[in-house]
Amino acid sequence: MDVSIVLILLFAGALLSFLSGDKWASKTALLTSVVALGASWLVLCKHNAKEVVGVSYLWSQKPNIHVALSGDGLSLAMLMLTTALLPLIILSTFGRNIQNAKSFYSLIMFMGFAMAGTFLALDGFVYYIFWELALIPIYFIALLWGSGEHKDRQRAVVKFFIYTFAGSLFMLAAFAYLYTKAGSFMWTDLAKLDLSKTEQIWIFLAFFAAYAIKIPLIPFHTWQAAVYEKAPTAGTMLLSGIMLKMGLYSILRWQLPIAPLAAKSFMVIFIWFGLAGVLYGSVVALRQKNLKKLLAYSSLAHVGLIAAGAYTLNKDGLSGAVLQMISHGFAIVGLFLAADIIIDRLQTREISEMGGIRSQAPKFTSMFMIMVLASVALPTTFNFVGEFTVLYSLFFKKVWFAIIGGLTIILGAYYMLKMFQNVMLGETNKKPFRDVSWSEGLTFSIIIAVTFFFGLYPKPINDLIAPSIHQIMFLIHSGPRLL
Amino acid sequence: MNTLLIITGLGVLCLLLEILNFRKGIVPFTVVGLLVALGVTMNDYGLQKGFYGNMIVVNNFSVAFSSIFIVLAILLISMSDDFYRREHAKISDFVAIKVFMLAGAVAMVSFGNLSMFFLGIEVLSISLYILAASNRMNVRSNEAGMKYFLLGSFASGIILFGICLIYGAMGTFDIAEISELSSSAELPDWFFIGIVLLTIGMLFKIAAVPFHFWAPDVYEGSPALTTSIMSTLAKIVAIATFYKLLTGMNAQLSVAYEWVLLSVSIASMTLGNIMALRQENVKRMLAFSGIAHAGYMLMAFLNLANSASVLWYYAAAYALAGVAAFAVVLNVCRDKQDENIYNFNGFGKKHPVMAALLTGALLSMAGIPVFAGFFAKFGLFMHAINAGYLVVVIAAVINSIISVGYYFKLILAMYTKDALDPVENPKPIYVVVAAIALLLNLAMGLFPSLVNNLI
Repeated sequence: MDVSIVLILLFAGALLSFLSGDKWASKTALLTSVVALGASWLVLCKHNAKEVVGVSYLWSQKPNIHVALSGDGLSLAMLMLTTALLPLIILSTFGRNIQNAKSFYSLIMFMGFAMAGTFLALDGFVYYIFWELALIPIYFIALLWGSGEHKDRQRAVVKFFIYTFAGSLFMLAAFAYLYTKAGSFMWTDLAKLDLSKTEQIWIFLAFFAAYAIKIPLIPFHTWQAAVYEKAPTAGTMLLSGIMLKMGLYSILRWQLPIAPLAAKSFMVIFIWFGLAGVLYGSVVALRQKNLKKLLAYSSLAHVGLIAAGAYTLNKDGLSGAVLQMISHGFAIVGLFLAADIIIDRLQTREISEMGGIRSQAPKFTSMFMIMVLASVALPTTFNFVGEFTVLYSLFFKKVWFAIIGGLTIILGAYYMLKMFQNVMLGETNKKPFRDVSWSEGLTFSIIIAVTFFFGLYPKPINDLIAPSIHQIMFLIHSGPRLL
Repeated sequence: MNTLLIITGLGVLCLLLEILNFRKGIVPFTVVGLLVALGVTMNDYGLQKGFYGNMIVVNNFSVAFSSIFIVLAILLISMSDDFYRREHAKISDFVAIKVFMLAGAVAMVSFGNLSMFFLGIEVLSISLYILAASNRMNVRSNEAGMKYFLLGSFASGIILFGICLIYGAMGTFDIAEISELSSSAELPDWFFIGIVLLTIGMLFKIAAVPFHFWAPDVYEGSPALTTSIMSTLAKIVAIATFYKLLTGMNAQLSVAYEWVLLSVSIASMTLGNIMALRQENVKRMLAFSGIAHAGYMLMAFLNLANSASVLWYYAAAYALAGVAAFAVVLNVCRDKQDENIYNFNGFGKKHPVMAALLTGALLSMAGIPVFAGFFAKFGLFMHAINAGYLVVVIAAVINSIISVGYYFKLILAMYTKDALDPVENPKPIYVVVAAIALLLNLAMGLFPSLVNNLI
């Protein structure tokens, strides 16, 4: 058994959900995604038992392409994130009225398949294919099931598509160039290449175009808030919980090992790119009146910090970035679920029209409160572990970096708690507010359990990713490029 | 070699069948005949031989291209029965002309002699002039035929003039002899002038900028089935022939010449894509997109020697996607006045299968992975990088981004707008043709090693 089984299961899930018809699609999708989660858990156990779980088949001789899937800790950690969030995202849609459900769930499963493939692929060409495949389902999910005025939505989604597609084409050109040098797309061959500094700078920038748009970093973020707001909540969760991690993961996996010289010489600039996102996202979030947009901008601030951590190029920065990717994935899904519950019941997105929910829905209030605290990185939560490690690594580069990065926590606490106060507390709202249903409660409980478990005991993840981080560090810092 | 005989004979038989009053059977009969021709052609694979005093030379290049032409012709001709349902009495003429055109196309990629090349191009062009004007009662169609004929015959004249100059320089029409002479002797200037004139003529046939002005009007005015032939089959025939001419004569192309081709390539893709963005008529949009694709394909002409398989792959991927797209367009606009984009509103809800097929075809043309169009584009980019022309790759990347704009305009119309008309059942033949074309395209994408070492 190897990692390909998970991909096959996810793809089969997409097909089965489509075939099972509108009535059963949601259940089929949930079932297959749970099976995929189980399969990736088994693969993870095999990996921990020191068995090889990566695979590689020859796909095409000329050009030389392999379907190579990685079985190392970093990829498996991201795979677990994907397969764990997928059932939660599907579960969160239960009880919502979704038209043409079979296509909707099939697209979600297909997107899970493409994203898992992106995290696993070790051949640049296959990786690019998965990277692009992930774009198509989210395009349709946001376009067809989104909310708001049709024209606005279409404009936002098309902008998003063209923007990200444009970025990835530069990455494709970079891969084509690398292929002419190495004669292969395999990660191991590409990381071995001895490129001149000028070449590395161009390749670094081409990758940066793709990743900075996907993550997104300032000033490539303009698509984000509108799409997060217009997309259906499941789509927003997919985007913010998993898809933007594709960009962050790719920085670690592809950009830094292939072009380390460029990364080293312009490190400060790219850390500033990340920190600019932190500042901008937090300040804009302070002034948001729309609940989903506020969360979108808070997400912008968090991922800016993760990117800054990755670009510090030290061990703590890289592992902190991975920890923070996973914890942010869970936290943001929880937050968007809470936002969706509120928006669904009050039929408004404006924070000013909300309020007084606490007295009507005590269970929901406490769950939402925990999610808010987790997102502002309260100690004992998973986010604290990640954020602290990243800040620690920034501190070693320059004290100022850590101070500015630390603003996420301070400003984050301010705008999140202010939002919580306005939305949940205050005078009892006239509108009735139903407390959480079983499926919503279950989703929250799982997310909260994960948040606290890894907040108190992050060692399993650290152990899992340590060898990969070590290898990447070696590729970045070793003088002669040997593998 | 037998391919050419079978196809020509098939065309004559089509005409005879009408006399025997056997009109209903013409299309199936032709399709079967073409399948036989396809089998015979593929059987020649690996052969390297000249026939009729080297008039026709069969090699892997000619076999690979002839096969894809025949496949496209089968797909296109099988839609004739429904397309010409109002003039079914004349079905034999429509089918026979298409078969003759295919004979011209096969001659164009397997010539061993410039006179045979000219025969081929004239057979192809004259068939297309007739097909463009074949909707006799329609002013637009007449205009298209007239325009195409006037400009096309002018281009043929230029080609002929070029052939004369080459004959004057070399004293022979035979490609192999010209190839030998061009690498050894001191060449007179008019050999190169001849090459330039040939280039101009062929760029006209390809509809590359700045020789593209006829294309949008002719494509829009012609009956839709003719447009689909012109923008898929005829376009790749012209490209392949141009490639064969340049490689066959082994002309040492100067750097300046390569830069001219490069500029034509960049200009074609840029202008084609930008103009396509503004079109409301789907046929016209696909015409401009065809100009852009011609621009991409010209990238294969930089560093000619080893790009035959890259060119074949791109041509096949583009043409198959084009046929799939046109099959859906033909069905949607079956009883409509024009091919305006609003005819596609709400198509995704009315006919999910056909809408998915059209979406797939457009995604392939835009170069989204898994479809063959992506691998084709990637192969071309890599070829151009290897040849050392990064400029054109950057231009092509930017153009690919622009092209997403108009391909998605159509996809958006299908999935997000409300339908104007009530649901009609799609004609099965169009679904079948689109599905086969797209499946072939997908198969090329999923198993690229099956086909990319053919030449």
